[in-house]
Amino acid sequence: MSRLLVTGSEYRTIPLACQLFQSSEPLPLDCGRSLETFQIAYQTYGELNADKTNAVLVCHALTGDQHVADRHPITGKPGWWETLVGPGKPVDTKRYFVICSNVIGGCMGSTGPASINPATGKPWGLDFPVITIDDMVRAQSRLIEHLEIPDLFCVIGGSMGGMQALEWCASYGDRVFSAMPIATAARQSSQNIAFNEVGRQAVMADPEWRAGRYLEEGTTPAKGLAVARMAAHITYLSDEALHRKFGRNLQNRQKITFGFDADFQVESYLRHQGISFVDRFDANSYLYITRAMDYFDLAADFGGVLANSFTGTKARFCLVSFTSDWLYPTRESRAIVQALNAVAANVSFVEIDTDKGHDAFLLHEPELFATVRGFLESAGAKRGLTAAEEGISGEGI
Amino acid sequence: MTAYQDRATFASAQTAQHRIDLLLIAGMVEDGARVLDVGCGTGELLKLLEEKKKVDGRGIELSQSGVNFCVAKGLSVIQGDADHDLVNYPDWAFDYAILSQTLQATTRPKEVLQELLRIARHVIVSFPNFGHWRIRSQILFKGRMPMTWNLPEPWYQTQNIHFCTIADFRELCVVVGAKIERSFALSPHGRPLGSRVPPFLHNIVAQQAVFLLTADEKPPTD
Repeated sequence: MSRLLVTGSEYRTIPLACQLFQSSEPLPLDCGRSLETFQIAYQTYGELNADKTNAVLVCHALTGDQHVADRHPITGKPGWWETLVGPGKPVDTKRYFVICSNVIGGCMGSTGPASINPATGKPWGLDFPVITIDDMVRAQSRLIEHLEIPDLFCVIGGSMGGMQALEWCASYGDRVFSAMPIATAARQSSQNIAFNEVGRQAVMADPEWRAGRYLEEGTTPAKGLAVARMAAHITYLSDEALHRKFGRNLQNRQKITFGFDADFQVESYLRHQGISFVDRFDANSYLYITRAMDYFDLAADFGGVLANSFTGTKARFCLVSFTSDWLYPTRESRAIVQALNAVAANVSFVEIDTDKGHDAFLLHEPELFATVRGFLESAGAKRGLTAAEEGISGEGI
Repeated sequence: MTAYQDRATFASAQTAQHRIDLLLIAGMVEDGARVLDVGCGTGELLKLLEEKKKVDGRGIELSQSGVNFCVAKGLSVIQGDADHDLVNYPDWAFDYAILSQTLQATTRPKEVLQELLRIARHVIVSFPNFGHWRIRSQILFKGRMPMTWNLPEPWYQTQNIHFCTIADFRELCVVVGAKIERSFALSPHGRPLGSRVPPFLHNIVAQQAVFLLTADEKPPTD
């Protein structure tokens, strides 16, 4: 595994313990433009078997990256899905070859608005073409071809990662054996577009944003991006979870101050979330990736009929939703299940009872772990994947 | 103990009683068939069909805990309601649709049966026979709604809302245009009644019945 530098982000150099796929073949984009060259930073875990039948593509959510199951080079924290992915865990890296790539438009080594525009020698900024979920998946499919994997055993992801999993099935159905879209939707709701717009406006209202050219001007729209993150973070939780965690407890004080300091613990928590996010995420990437989610509407390319996007699919599907997720509520998953039923696809659907909100897919949720493990093992049996030599560990359940 | 573990315990306790009629149902299904089990509970029949018949099996179950238990076991199951969700499936999506001890719990049994005859080439229905002599005698002599070993709940909390007898079901088959390919009357232990019991007595002595149906008129294929 080679150590590389993020070449796109001139304002900081991040040591990356990951691999890089560079393509000089143009990538056509939905907006009509194309990227003449692009690169994708990715991470792999486990071994590809001789038949190349055990590859699992893990797709990350809005602000995730390729570090799904190893220590994050900037934050020093465990991988974002280390609860689920690893040796003996539900996505067992002793059995499966796990690939996680940073999406196109991202800022952890993949080509995005912070990368250098070859035409100008300066960071792209807002000259970067607007990308879609479909574009992200098209770039990923190039990576999978580069790895010489004919078809994926499973595409799994939560939230925006779930959108990518669905797009994989619609665009490259013959290259997907099974799919697990978790806490997601087949199209971005009006409410979610609204929340994303609040975030983008916060970024763009920051004077340090400089019309998107902050990298050249040596500034960082940290306040705007932090506010965007704070607003978004509320949508990832639930009222019950916030109440359980913080209630109306005061932060390091006995009584309210009659001012605008962070009197309440919940305020302090959000400020921390906002500030720490700025350290690891590029503001323009935030604009582009939220836009990609807003534009996502799987049925739109198929005459507005969602079922048509799955016509003839041979893939096995397992959808998961959470009862307290108000960003991607159960009815969104159910609409996908109905569309899959309409084409008689092989589909499972589990709704998990939890008060942790949308973020539940990233947290300790034993029922999620059992679902992922059960689904992958069963699909693995159909695929002819044999169990790991060490046997199946109960760890992670 | 979670709800689905409860159900697992319940399922294993019931296994001994149910095994025989489930085996009977499994015996009607061709190898490798596409099967939809409506009201699949904890997936006992689906599991049996996958193991014995290598079917491509799917399930619909009303209780979320039952669904989650099934999916964790590797079965393809969704949460859903036979009364409303069958309409989503295309014609002849399955070789077999199975209603094992579910028909009497549906709100609209006739429409459910019609939908199943549309989405599957064959429909297998098993149900408790309300014409059994114990049930008849409980109503006749006690004047009370009957409770038996396989219908143990009192009337006010049972999920079963549309009971029928074997004779009633045969009539329903005529109404919905279903052809009865095979039928079995079962003893309390789930065994088919032997040849010593003449057919005209089945509606009195059978505790449950299993029917294999096909639609009189096939839906158009594409």
